[in-house]
Amino acid sequence: MSKESLGGSAAGATRLSVFKTYKLYVGGKFPRSESGRVYEVTDAKGKWLANAPQSSRKDARDAVVAARKAFGGWSGATAYNRGQVLYRVAEMLEGRRDQFVREVADADGLSKSKAAAVVDATVDRWVWYAGWTDKIAQVVGGANPVAGPFFNLSTPEPTGVVTVVAPQESSFLGLVSVVAPVIAAGNTAVVIASEKAPLPALSLGEVLATSDVPGGVVNVLSGNTRELALPLAAHQDVNGIDLAGAGADLAKELEIAAADNLKRVLRPQAVDTDADFAASPGTHRLTAFLETKTVWHPTGSLGASGGSY
Amino acid sequence: MRTTPPTKTDAATAASNAAPPPAKAAPGDFADVTASAATLRRFLHGLPGVDAVGLEARAAALGTRSIKTTAKAYAIDLAISMIDLTTLEGADTAGKVRALGAKAVHPDPTDRTTPRTAAVCVYPDMVATAKEAVAGTDVKVASVATAFPAGRAALDVKLADVRDAVAAGADEIDMVIDRGAFLAGDYMKVYEEIVAVKETSGQARLKVIFETGELSTYDNIRRASWIGMLAGADFIKTSTGKVGVNATPANTLLMLEAVRDFRAQTGVQVGVKPAGGIRTTKDAVKFLVLVNETAGADWLDNHWFRFGASSLLNDLLMQRQKLATGRYSGPDYVTVD
Repeated sequence: MSKESLGGSAAGATRLSVFKTYKLYVGGKFPRSESGRVYEVTDAKGKWLANAPQSSRKDARDAVVAARKAFGGWSGATAYNRGQVLYRVAEMLEGRRDQFVREVADADGLSKSKAAAVVDATVDRWVWYAGWTDKIAQVVGGANPVAGPFFNLSTPEPTGVVTVVAPQESSFLGLVSVVAPVIAAGNTAVVIASEKAPLPALSLGEVLATSDVPGGVVNVLSGNTRELALPLAAHQDVNGIDLAGAGADLAKELEIAAADNLKRVLRPQAVDTDADFAASPGTHRLTAFLETKTVWHPTGSLGASGGSY
Repeated sequence: MRTTPPTKTDAATAASNAAPPPAKAAPGDFADVTASAATLRRFLHGLPGVDAVGLEARAAALGTRSIKTTAKAYAIDLAISMIDLTTLEGADTAGKVRALGAKAVHPDPTDRTTPRTAAVCVYPDMVATAKEAVAGTDVKVASVATAFPAGRAALDVKLADVRDAVAAGADEIDMVIDRGAFLAGDYMKVYEEIVAVKETSGQARLKVIFETGELSTYDNIRRASWIGMLAGADFIKTSTGKVGVNATPANTLLMLEAVRDFRAQTGVQVGVKPAGGIRTTKDAVKFLVLVNETAGADWLDNHWFRFGASSLLNDLLMQRQKLATGRYSGPDYVTVD
C-alpha cells in the first residue's frame, strides 16, 4: 500500500472507512434534522449508500424563516452580482466534478460516462441561468406605450420565498434545472430533495456554502416528500411553490393547500422528465416566479390642451 | 469575600439555598441590615456565593422541557398577558405609541379571544399619549424613569423624572439602579436611591432594573436583587434592553430564587421581569417553566411576572395562529412593530 507512510497506519493493515455524514443545508449551516431521524439511502440496485437526515415540518419551518431572512439581501442585490455568484457556483461544481459523477452514477443508476455527461450538463445549466439574471428584465419587462403623458414601465420582481419540490428521478440535473431559475430570478428557495436520491442535493448544499451564495438563499431538506411539502404548501409565509417532483395526487393536494394565501403555483410540467431536462430549458421557469410591477410616471411635457400641472 | 453572617437572619439567608428556610422572620428583622453602609455590605457579602456552573446547568436543563398542545396554548396566552409591550427609541412618535397601545388592547384583531398584554412601556414624555391609547381597558402604562437607560444623573433630576411620569398617569415606574455606585461597592447609595424613588412613585408599582449585563458576576446579581427587595421594589427587572447581554435564563433563574427566598423569610412577594433579548415563543415558554419550577405557581400571573419585549408578541401571535389553524403563519399577518 502506498498510503501507509501517509496515513500513519501500519503496513498491511486495512484502512478504516471514513463515511460521510450527510446533513441538511439551512440558513448557511449544516444542521441535522431537528427530529434526530435519519433514513437509509440506497443506490439504484438497492446497495446502502448513506443515512440521510429525515427532516420534520419544524425543519421546514426553520428553513422558511432562513429563506425569508435572506430574501431582502438576495432580491436587493444587483442582477449582475447575482449572475456572478451563480457563475461561481458553476466553478465550484466543476471542482467537485468527480464527487458528483460518483454520486449521480449511484443515485440515478447510470454508468460512469453517462453520469459524467449529466454532471457536465448540470454545470452548463448553472452557467446558462447565471447569464440570464441581468437579461430577464429586458425580455419580460419594458416600456409600454400608453395614451397619456406618462412613461409607463413594467419591471419584473421576484415573488419571494419559493418552495421547490425537486424532481424525484433526475436527482442532480433535474434538481439544478428547477432550483437555479428560482434563485436567478431573485427569489429564495426551500428545496425538498428527491426522496430516494437526496445525496446529490445535500452535496450541492456544500457547494453553495462555498460559492458566495448568502446563507438562506437556498435551503435543502431531505426526507419524506409528502411530510415536508404539505406544511410548506400551507405555510402563510411561502409565496410560491414548484410542484415538479410531486406526483399527480400529491400535486393536487398541495395546490389546494397553497390556495389559502394565493401562492403562485407551478404545476408539474410536461417537460419535467429525465430526457427533457437535458434539452434546452427555455425561460418558462425563470418567469414562473416573477411578479410584474408597472409604474406610471408623468413625462413633464405639456398636455394636448396646453395646460400644465 | 465571605464574612461570618452577623445576625441570625443572615445565617438563615445563607442557608436558604441548601435547606428550606426556618420559621418566618419578620420584615422588621432586616432593619438591622440596612442600618448602616457597613451592615448592609456585611449582609450582602454574607449571601451564599452562586455556583455559576450549577446555575447555568439548571437553567439549561429546565429549558429542555417539552411543552405541547393544550399546555402550549395555555403558555402562549399566559405569556401574551405578561408582556410589557415596549418602545424605547429616540425616534418614538405619538403615532407610534398610539399604535402600540392599540396593539396592547387587541394584539390580534383577527381573533378577539387573544388576551391583552399587561402593559405598554414608554418614556415619561409619552405616558400621557399611552394612557389615552389604552383608556378604558385594564392595560397598564409603565414608564421608564431615573435617567434611563444609563442612570447617570443627580438624584433630584432622577426624582423629577419619576414625578413627571407619575403626574402624567403612569401606573408603573421602571427605574435603573446606579451601576457605577454598585460596582464601586457603595451599596448604601444604591439602596437609598431606590427608597427615594419608591417614595416618589407613590401608588405606582416600582420595577427596579439592575442591568445584569453590566454587573459582571452572578454574585453581584444576587446582591443587587437583595438590595432591591430590601428597599421595597415591587418588581426586580434584569435589563434595559440597551446593552449586549440582556435577560438570560440563568440570571432570571437567580432572581427568581431571590424572590422565593425573600418571601419565605418576610412574607413579602416581589415580582420578576426579564427584559431584552426574548424574541421567540420557545424562549418565553422556557422562562415560564423557570418561574413555575423555581418561584412556584404563585408567580404565574401578570401581577408577579412580566416580559419586557416588543418583537416577542409577534412570534407568540404567529404561534397562536398556527395552533388555531394548523398552518404556519408569517410576519405578513402581524404588525410590523
